[in-house]
Amino acid sequence: MSDLSSINTSERKQAQRPVSLFRNLSAKIASIPMILTALVVFVGGTAWTVVHSFTSSKLLPKTNFVGFEQYERLWTTRRWLVSLENLALYGILSLVFTLVIGFTLAALLDRKIRGENVFRTIFLYPFALSFIVTGLAWQWILNPDLGIQHVVRSLGWESFTFNPLNDPDIVMYGILIAGLWQGTGLIMVIMLAGLRGIDEDIWKAARVDGIGTVKTYVVVIIPMMRPVFVTALVLIASGIIKLYDLVVALTNGGPGIASEVPAKYVIQYMFRAQNLGQGFAASTMMLVSVAIILIPWAYLEFGGRKRG
Amino acid sequence: MNRLAKIMAGTFLAGAGAAHAADLEVTHWWTSGGEAAAVSEFAKAFTENTDHNWVDGAIAGSGGTARPIIISRIIGGDPMGATQLNHGRQAEELIEAGLLTDLTELAEKEGWKDVVNPSSLLDACTYEGRIYCVPVNIHSWQWIWLSHDAYETAGLDVPADWNEFVASAPKLQEAGIVPLAMGQQSWQQNGAFGVLAIAIAGVDAWRKVVVDRDADAAMGPEYQKVFEAIVTARELAADSNVQDWNQATNMVITGKAGAQIMGDWAQGEFQIAEQVAGEDYTCLPGLGINEILDTGGDAFYFPVIDDPAVQEAQMALASTLISPDVQVAFNLKKGSLPVRGDVDLSAANDCMQKGLDILKAGGILPSGEMNLTPDTQTQIEDLMAEFWSTDMSAGDAQERYADIIRSSE
Repeated sequence: MSDLSSINTSERKQAQRPVSLFRNLSAKIASIPMILTALVVFVGGTAWTVVHSFTSSKLLPKTNFVGFEQYERLWTTRRWLVSLENLALYGILSLVFTLVIGFTLAALLDRKIRGENVFRTIFLYPFALSFIVTGLAWQWILNPDLGIQHVVRSLGWESFTFNPLNDPDIVMYGILIAGLWQGTGLIMVIMLAGLRGIDEDIWKAARVDGIGTVKTYVVVIIPMMRPVFVTALVLIASGIIKLYDLVVALTNGGPGIASEVPAKYVIQYMFRAQNLGQGFAASTMMLVSVAIILIPWAYLEFGGRKRG
Repeated sequence: MNRLAKIMAGTFLAGAGAAHAADLEVTHWWTSGGEAAAVSEFAKAFTENTDHNWVDGAIAGSGGTARPIIISRIIGGDPMGATQLNHGRQAEELIEAGLLTDLTELAEKEGWKDVVNPSSLLDACTYEGRIYCVPVNIHSWQWIWLSHDAYETAGLDVPADWNEFVASAPKLQEAGIVPLAMGQQSWQQNGAFGVLAIAIAGVDAWRKVVVDRDADAAMGPEYQKVFEAIVTARELAADSNVQDWNQATNMVITGKAGAQIMGDWAQGEFQIAEQVAGEDYTCLPGLGINEILDTGGDAFYFPVIDDPAVQEAQMALASTLISPDVQVAFNLKKGSLPVRGDVDLSAANDCMQKGLDILKAGGILPSGEMNLTPDTQTQIEDLMAEFWSTDMSAGDAQERYADIIRSSE
């Protein structure tokens, strides 16, 4: 993202005459610290990490290169493969459900219901909590001796079993529930803002043409809200990639390694196992996977507009 | 001008005053009940016997949480005055980078070489002939703790070794008792595996695998028995769903579980619960099969700090930690064995006496931490975490274990 915008500005600079270098000089001077931060911290840090992922650095970074050895080990490590599977499962489900639930809630609130402010506050409130707090709260809710299972059993259904956090097969769904609870509120508010931006006349025209409410949403409103969906998509995607603290608070990767995620692997191997090279290789793979998803999308999104 | 001069003079005086009595920040991860009581013995002795002050920097969580924090502070240029680490290969690179203080002079003056027993503890602190840490205690993993309460409930005699324990398990289960308490954390699962390996495969096979890192030996018939034994242990611990080690120990204390495989630090928990060794619980070193202890333990390292007052305080602390009285006071509370062979431990209980006798008889091994890098240890812990939470077969686990040993450095 940041790369692309910097390419845009540099191209613009070349197109204008050199005198323009001094135009708005104070604004340009003011932005130097940010430019330096972006270059040194983000680009520089990334390059340094990628370079050191080809070394056999242990506790301290060193430059004895070993080629792709760290990557070979990474891709034969069971824990890394499990982490990727988990992230893919969580990512796809979280993306779909966040968008669907977020939009549905927003559409319901948009029907000019009574007490909209109250509902909006309730739905948005979980977003104010950190992932750690969310994780601990859901750990209690999903605990078989304290939470949902206990409540339902004490109501009379003695054989009711709901214990996702201790079952390796469904533990990721337990994490997904907590993640959705925390994240959908924000998406709902963004969708609601988008819905409010739709001109009343569109609705009037649809009504005159006799198009039903649901059909109007699907056929007319949603295509008009494309920029809103793009924003929501970016927010959700970045939340998925950095999934870490929710897992740490809820299960700490357990039972066994059933709910491990890539970010946790990186931290574990960099600091606990004192194997920087392995951690860097894993974080480089995370960067590559983000790039694989983002670059084609950014190309479609921004490349098309420039020509048009 | 006058006022400024006064302020400057005041600052200077305050600075000069601090040169005599330095505040020394000491980081450690001893936070459970028994551990905290033990570490306060260090603080008391240091503050009372020297001019300096102990500033406690306890970091909650296990060593796995605290170690990265400690190491990043040392690397990041914000070193503490002194810090606990497990001796072994964890600090190797910090020493190479010149970040830790050389204690050789003090060690020679006080003759540590002659008093530290077993001498392998000091060897673990030595890097290229120089000494960089003070060992403070000996901890060994090779213990199983048995609850008399549980066996009374089931109407059985307390077993004398691992095989008898396995044979008694069905009766315990009938009485509604979990045979084996096991915290669901990978370091505990890995620890139990290590203990079973020494007890069942025997010392020779263990040495070949862990010290010489011979992958063929890891695939051998001795280790096959070990992996079959942890499959059994996994079945016996199936109903134990606690997390922390002291919660698992508590299951043994309250008679909800028959036994726990855990290092001798569990002793501190029994002590706080006012249980008596031999009456309320039994401890079997080496699972009663192979009476041998590894000699892991804790040591203190002193990061290099460019301040003479702090350096003086560091040396004073190093000397305090290893002095005979402090060693006795600390280790009695901690439930561990002292690093000096020349102190009187008649106040120690049954279990500690057993440990001391084994040490005297020379039944010692270097600990896994001294032989394997944290990297290899983490890989084995990951394998154990997966093994204990799934129904992975003994054969698969053994093969993957051998792979890790083959690729280790």
